[in-house]
Amino acid sequence: MWQAIWLTLQLAALTTLILVALGVPLGWWLARSRSLWVEPVAALVALPVVLPPTVLGFYLLVAMGPNGPLAPLLAPFGLRTLAFSFAGLVTGSVIYSLPFMVQPVRNAFQLIGDGPLEAAATLRAAPLDAFFSVAVPLARGGILSGAILSFAHTVGEFGVVLMIGGNIPGETRTLSLTIFDYVETMQWGAAHALSAGMLVFAFAVILITMLIARRTGTPQT
Amino acid sequence: MRRILLAALAVGSFLLGHSPSLAAEASIAAAANFTAAAQEIAARFQAQTGHKINLSFGSSGQLYAQITQGAPFDVFLSADAARPAQAENAGLAVPGTRFTYAIGKLALWSADPALIDDQGRVLRNGDFTHLAIANPAAAPYGTAAVEVMKALGVYASISPKIVQGENIIQTYQFAASGNAELGFVALSQVLEAPGGSYWRVPENLHAPILQDAVLLKAGEQNRFAAEFLAYLKSPQAISIIEKHGYALPRAK
Amino acid sequence: MSGVEARFIEARFKGSFGSFSLDVAFTAPAKGVTGLFGPSGCGKTTVLRCVAGLTRVADGTLKADGAVWQDADHFLAPHKRAVGYVFQEPRLFSHLSVLDNLQYGLKRATTQAIGLEPIIDLMGIRDLLARSTASLSGGERQRIAIGRALLSQPRLLLMDEPLSALDRQSKNEILPYLESLPRALSIPILYVSHDLTEIERLTDHLVLMENGRVLAAGPLTALLTDLSLPLARLPEAAAVLDLTVETHDAHYDVSQCRIDGLPFFVPGRLGPHGTRRRVRVRASDVSLATQQPSGSSVLNILPARILSSKTASPSQKLVLLGLAGTNGETRLLSSITRKSWDALGLRPGMALFAQIKGMAMVDR
Repeated sequence: MWQAIWLTLQLAALTTLILVALGVPLGWWLARSRSLWVEPVAALVALPVVLPPTVLGFYLLVAMGPNGPLAPLLAPFGLRTLAFSFAGLVTGSVIYSLPFMVQPVRNAFQLIGDGPLEAAATLRAAPLDAFFSVAVPLARGGILSGAILSFAHTVGEFGVVLMIGGNIPGETRTLSLTIFDYVETMQWGAAHALSAGMLVFAFAVILITMLIARRTGTPQT
Repeated sequence: MRRILLAALAVGSFLLGHSPSLAAEASIAAAANFTAAAQEIAARFQAQTGHKINLSFGSSGQLYAQITQGAPFDVFLSADAARPAQAENAGLAVPGTRFTYAIGKLALWSADPALIDDQGRVLRNGDFTHLAIANPAAAPYGTAAVEVMKALGVYASISPKIVQGENIIQTYQFAASGNAELGFVALSQVLEAPGGSYWRVPENLHAPILQDAVLLKAGEQNRFAAEFLAYLKSPQAISIIEKHGYALPRAK
Repeated sequence: MSGVEARFIEARFKGSFGSFSLDVAFTAPAKGVTGLFGPSGCGKTTVLRCVAGLTRVADGTLKADGAVWQDADHFLAPHKRAVGYVFQEPRLFSHLSVLDNLQYGLKRATTQAIGLEPIIDLMGIRDLLARSTASLSGGERQRIAIGRALLSQPRLLLMDEPLSALDRQSKNEILPYLESLPRALSIPILYVSHDLTEIERLTDHLVLMENGRVLAAGPLTALLTDLSLPLARLPEAAAVLDLTVETHDAHYDVSQCRIDGLPFFVPGRLGPHGTRRRVRVRASDVSLATQQPSGSSVLNILPARILSSKTASPSQKLVLLGLAGTNGETRLLSSITRKSWDALGLRPGMALFAQIKGMAMVDR
């Protein structure tokens, strides 16, 4: 059980790190670009919100397998599949939690508007400089919310892990899967303990996110 | 007035989740591995009797958990013998109604037509990276798979390569998608979708996978449920069950 | 004032934004404040944004500070243009302290000619440095924003209605700081406004805009009094005169000043000898006499010449005057009845006397 908790925390932390690195530039592009591709890309990113995780998991299973499009990328590393591995779970979790990172970040960047960035440009800041010295700090509330939501969402993720994990202890057997197994094998006491922990955790996460939103909700110019 | 009363009763019993005597129908909770056979049997039963059968599929563990929480099922077709017995002990099932409706047959299957011969030698040479089995703690087919490997003396060497599906359907998916080169699945699944290569695991290598049925307390007053259970023992039903790759206990 | 000065900016912008089309060309001198004036929606802010490079029109040329900032082949990115930009709203960075806001541009500038300390004193913001930007009043924020823009070491300061978002009190708080800018720093300023009072008070040179076009451009006084332009047609049409203080008569509390050599008296103490002040004289406060009036209570009676006239209404005539002795460069407007015009037999070129019955200090 502690192994599953530790594994889940590692998975969530690594996933969140990757999502911040990926979601901030992507959210920025979605917020600022006038390309015709913005809405199609935004819809693609949002898909995991509406798709059942089992659908996503199934496609990931197929995509990660030896006949999937990822196979040529994996072959040089001597891997025939990304399923049943921690790396596979991270990949799946990143895709699954992407909207929870990108959406708040995109909103935060949109909320900033042109004003501060134009001001930065007239104060000699090159675009990349302005991005890091003005846009990112001003959007920190959204980035933080996104990171917390992504972390929590990954902790609670079940369907994708179920579909691609293979339930390997210390590698892919996460907390939610452990709870599922406890229920399956009628160890309801243990299932209760873990589920109650998850409930408290989820409540804390949502509360924190709301507090952040309230604190950073009134931007000053 | 009478019709209004009947409608109100129907709505009320619908809200209670279950209609013991008003409608000519029965609700069956069936283990996922039995899906295809159950659908065929239910269709035949409906055609012959005109009674409607509502089928719910899931892992035996999930279904059992739902039954303990008052799910409105009349009949439980488990993938094992333990849960129906436990249901009876817990007073959730009608005593004396338990019987083995099918005996699961295990197959070692691969989507690769060349991987598995008729002796299952691939288990000994270990020429694969992932072998999928159902979760042995929860699924009888998984327990049986472990028993087979132990009987062959290969369990210790293979166990690092084992990946677990939560149920036998997911286990099949792991192997069918090629992520695991091979897996222990139900013979019924192999027969349903021809292709690949497989080895019928001899039954002496594992304890029989007895799949038991039981009439639940909720279905005690539902004569269609009892009728369905009786039908399950009929020659027509047995031929369907055997066709789907299950065996049946020899008549005592 | 209108002497040949180095053209610091030569701009031409042409383009359309939805239903609005812009087609402007103007120059601005290297010294003083050039106002971009016109009604709301006439395109003056767009012009300012084009100068800063924040808005790009395909068809535009811009030479500034001796370099090409935009032409058919070049477009200098905004952050490479040595401009300071003061927006309508302060646009302070809320994640930075007041001091960090001030230093944002300073850190990124290549020179440090304009120092932090002098700007803190010039804008009177020393007490604000420790405060958070959220706790500042509107006027205080705008002063920080102006300081921040100046510290980015601009060669040209662009101001887009910096007072329009402020209440009257905050405006009055900031105006003295704005007035002191051209004297304290020799940076040319482009100042956008739709408020004539601000324009009269702050600018020396004017680009008059209407509907995306430049109506006229030139020295402020010339444009204010140009009878063919809409400014002179306003009911409150007025001329603006720049005075130099000579002495103060303490007994009567009257300052004797000079306008291009002519004596001019203003009640009150205007400042020490040499102080330059600006005074506004409405057309309706100037009456005309063909003879030097005797026994008049009017303090300022100046010899002048009629430059031109225009019928403003069936009853009124608007007369443009050039003050004698200033080769006609200092101008006054006078509004008289057509009946008087005919009775006195007035006509362009005629010498006469202008009696100034009232005036208002434009500054302070």
